[in-house]
Parts: sequence; C-alpha cells; structure tokens
Amino acid sequence: MSSTYETVAGIIADTADIPREKITPEAHAIDDLGIDSLAFLDIAFAIDKAFGIKLPLEKWTQEVNEGKVPAEEYFVIKNLVARIDALVAAKAA
Amino acid sequence: MRLEYFEMIDRVVSLDRTGARIAVRSVVPAASPVFEGHFPGHPLVPGVLLTETMAQASGYLVLALRDFGVMPFLMAVDKARFRDFVGPGAELDVEAELTHEGSGYVATKAGIRTGGKRLADAELRFRLMPFPSELEGRMRGEAARIGLVGRDPAAGGPA
Repeated sequence: MSSTYETVAGIIADTADIPREKITPEAHAIDDLGIDSLAFLDIAFAIDKAFGIKLPLEKWTQEVNEGKVPAEEYFVIKNLVARIDALVAAKAA
Repeated sequence: MRLEYFEMIDRVVSLDRTGARIAVRSVVPAASPVFEGHFPGHPLVPGVLLTETMAQASGYLVLALRDFGVMPFLMAVDKARFRDFVGPGAELDVEAELTHEGSGYVATKAGIRTGGKRLADAELRFRLMPFPSELEGRMRGEAARIGLVGRDPAAGGPA
C-alpha cells in the first residue's frame, strides 16, 4: 500500500487505540473500527498535521447526513486515503 | 476569579486578531470553598482549574475570532504541565494562541505565568459546535464582563 495508507493506518492505530492489524483498506472507520465522532476529530487533527491539509470533515458529515454521499465514500480507509492524496495534490498544485 | 462558579477570567488584557492570540489577567481569590478541600490548611488551586483557566482563555479567543458564531467545547488536553504551586492572591497572566484551525475543531497553546515565571502550560483542542441558544446570552454577558467585546480594536486593547 501507499505511504499515505501506512501513515493514516498508523495514526488511526495510535490515536484511537486500535490494533494495527484490524485496520485494512476495506475497513469502515465507523462501522468496522468503531471510531466515534470525537475520536475522528483526534484522527483528523493528526492527519491535518501529518499532511499539512485541512480535512473537510464538516462538509463530509453534512453531505452524508443529507444523503448526498454514502458514508463509505469518506470513511472506508482506502477512500479516506484517496481523499487525503487528492487534498495533498490540490495543495501542491 | 470565582473558582466555585468557574469564572476563571477577570479581564482581557489584549486581543490580537491577526496573530490569533489573547492575553488575560486573573487574580486567585483569598478565599474559596475550593480551598476547603484542596487542601485543608494548605490552599492550592487545583491543576484541573488551571487547565480550565487556559481553556477559557482559549475559548474566549475562539469566540472573538469567530464572532460568537460557534461555541468551543474542550475535547482534548495534551502536554499539560503544572510547574509550581498556585495559592490565594496569585496574579495570573494567561495567554492563548490558535495553533491550528481544522474543520469542526481548533487547537490552541496556552500558558499561565505569574511575575514572568511559568506556572502552567498545555496544548488544547476544542470541538466547534452550533451555539446552544440558552448559552449564547450568558457567554456574551461573560465576554462583556471581562472586556472581550465592546471596546475599540484600534485602541490596541481588548476588542
């Protein structure tokens, strides 16, 4: 997997105290890993710092709550990693 | 300060909107019910209340920067250090600065000094939530009491 994935998986393991082996690209952060909204803010903070980005959690949450985007798009780990890569690329552009 | 009412801030000394910093002043009261238990015959401000003082300084900073559009709720305390004892009558200079603005949360660094000497510091994070309607008037009242609002920003003091 990419270095982004490894970094994100490490952050989730450390921040949410989840065994590293439970974290897979297909895992859903909320449904499979049991990460709640407060823990996800901790993870977002660590991701923001690690990648120099601002994870748009409020926008994502609103889109999911309004039924515009399925939660999987943002909260399955491989999709989260892809969003982070896109944010990093957008910042560099 | 009125420890038992969680009124930790006496007045705003300066607010720097550009630098996202605030400085406030508080004086520990000579007597408080808190001191009856912490500790009997040996009054000390509990570390949790020093943390609360840094959190409130940070919170008022966020309220000012966001123009009371959101309410910051303390969600994380990192690297808290209590470097000396704080007793009745201590004059506290409290500073807080915004270190990161995330989506739905912010991070601050805050510290307390007395006479230039470091007493405590911590890194704090706050969840930003819609202002509870029953709380907004109270918070605006407290902000006015400590001089966070209602003064001329051009004067260099609280704005």
